[in-house]
Amino acid sequence: MESIALASVDLQELSVRQLNHYLHHEIGSKSLSRIEILNPNGLHNIAVGMDAPAQVDVRGHAGYFLGGMNRQARIVVHGNVGWSVAENMMSGEVRVKGFASQCAGASAHGGLLFIEGSASSRCGISLKGGDIVVGGHVGHMSAFMAQAGHLVVCGDAGAGLGDSLYEAVIYIRGKIHSLGADAREEPMAESDYATVGQLLSRAELEWSPREFKRVASARTLYHWNVDADQEY
Amino acid sequence: MTKKIDLEESFLYDRHVLEYIHRASEHGLYDIRGLGAKRRVPNFDDLVFLTASASRYPLEGYREKCLTRTVLGTRRAKKPITLDIPITIAGMSFGSLSANVKEAIGRAASDVGTSTTTGDGGMTREERASSKTLVYQCLPSRYGFNPQDLRQADAIEMVIGQGAKPGGGGMLLGLKVSPRVAQMRTLPEGIDQRSACRHPDWTGPDDLTIKINELREITDWQIPIYVKLGATRVRDDVKLAVKAGADVVVVDGMQGGTAATQQVFIEHAGIPTLPAVRQAVEALDEMDVLGEVQLVVSGGIRTGADVAKALALGADAVSLGQAVLMALGCNSPSYFDGQQSVDVSDEYAKLGTGPGYCHHCQTGLCPVGVTTQIPELETRLQPEWGARRLKNYLQTLTMELTTLARACGKSNVHHLEREDLVALTVEAAAMAKLPLAGTDWIPGDAPIRES
Repeated sequence: MESIALASVDLQELSVRQLNHYLHHEIGSKSLSRIEILNPNGLHNIAVGMDAPAQVDVRGHAGYFLGGMNRQARIVVHGNVGWSVAENMMSGEVRVKGFASQCAGASAHGGLLFIEGSASSRCGISLKGGDIVVGGHVGHMSAFMAQAGHLVVCGDAGAGLGDSLYEAVIYIRGKIHSLGADAREEPMAESDYATVGQLLSRAELEWSPREFKRVASARTLYHWNVDADQEY
Repeated sequence: MTKKIDLEESFLYDRHVLEYIHRASEHGLYDIRGLGAKRRVPNFDDLVFLTASASRYPLEGYREKCLTRTVLGTRRAKKPITLDIPITIAGMSFGSLSANVKEAIGRAASDVGTSTTTGDGGMTREERASSKTLVYQCLPSRYGFNPQDLRQADAIEMVIGQGAKPGGGGMLLGLKVSPRVAQMRTLPEGIDQRSACRHPDWTGPDDLTIKINELREITDWQIPIYVKLGATRVRDDVKLAVKAGADVVVVDGMQGGTAATQQVFIEHAGIPTLPAVRQAVEALDEMDVLGEVQLVVSGGIRTGADVAKALALGADAVSLGQAVLMALGCNSPSYFDGQQSVDVSDEYAKLGTGPGYCHHCQTGLCPVGVTTQIPELETRLQPEWGARRLKNYLQTLTMELTTLARACGKSNVHHLEREDLVALTVEAAAMAKLPLAGTDWIPGDAPIRES
């Protein structure tokens, strides 16, 4: 493959494969700290599998799996993203200036995903230690089966919030359409306010942590329960 | 006088059903167990080979070469998997199995030149270190799934379903969620873990296409991607997997095993491996990708004869799970402590079972140390001893396979073909679309007569 020497990559001229090869193998050796991606035009799998402390600016809208399995990199999307942005992220940061489609931050183990707009359904599904901050609303079944980490929602949440939660914690400022199975509202402790404050600060949002509610697992589904309602 | 009908057992409500109803009435909870279906379904034993005679000539059983080399993942990966034998080890999790067992499996697989597979729970250092060729599963739970391990893998298996529980997610009861298992899965210790049945980041075959491309991008298109399906609507599912970009399709029939799931799932969901192989091959043929996309078949493969029959029906390789555990001592009355056999029949009895009948993997109290996370039980299966046993077993299967292939006149096990087989029962003939032995009749294959 021909080496790409520029820190600006135009996806009208190069393929996603060439871009990702460059991001995986060449930015380290070139000690680049900033890469700009032009004309993403909704393409899928942009900047997946990165493992370098670089900043990537995506100038436009991206498709599925943007920043998937990211480690170390800081990726900023100056537009909207499709499904499963930053899925399985391990560390680093993905920031979406616009809106995100379904399953944002799915199964993320670490790092920070910040969506300035709203996120669709199943935001933070299966979360495993990552942190997600959503400036707007989240769709139904958000944080479904989330295991660890935090989901901070500055707006409202759709139906079934926090269904089958494990140890992940949701902080929400707006209305909750309904809670999912085994999820419950709990009082905020000082440590919760501190966590929310820290995450809002990292996302550069100015809401007061005192406006947020805490949703966590009631832990009634952790063990088999003969008397559990099968409809949950 | 007692009439015969007074002591006649009901066909519909026999002792098994009565016991089930009484137990359900007492506990209000379904049964959860390990291993696979116990009921008889049409299987490879219902087929026999038409080995050579006057119309065909055989190869000398001990001298003439019969190749077993198997290549998987030739479609799009830069580095396909090359195996010495067409018998692979199926995905089984660290959690359901001990780390010692995973290591034993890796060592044996490496010794005989085949691959082993991770499972729900991620990749352990023991299995990566001991496995020359390791397939890394991408499961709905994504427990322990990470890009570092992904890049250490020799192939990726996207798991959509499992033969024992197609449509269901994994299950690991609290006794087996040890500190190490919990840490790897990011779960609280000791909970009854139920993992997801759907992937968290994609839904449906169009999304799967993009997901497969994501995995290829992350691994720079180097390693093959398998798609594993529980056998239900095999023809449609195989076609969708191929369309989504699979290099290899793995079809797991209903006899496939599990560490734990609801009994109702094990016995009542999915189709047997026998018709599943045939439907999968037809689907690949209809898409004109036979030879380009490889087929791996699993679910109740036990003997070299089973392997040979699967290959003759069109599989490129088979995958074994339960039989591997049995080679390591599952359901044996004793374990080997390094010097002698130690009888553990009493420990089986405490589980309410006996050697030969046990399916209590879900408890984590495996008397022979195979499906456990309890340290004192785990030490009953030492990796060196287990690896030797499993290597012997895999060698035996390979010898049986080549014996049958040579007797059919084949110098390569992959030359076995449908024409070499007939069926012993009408059901097997219909499912495999093979002639009933001694006839030209393939049930269901006759042209419909116009009246």
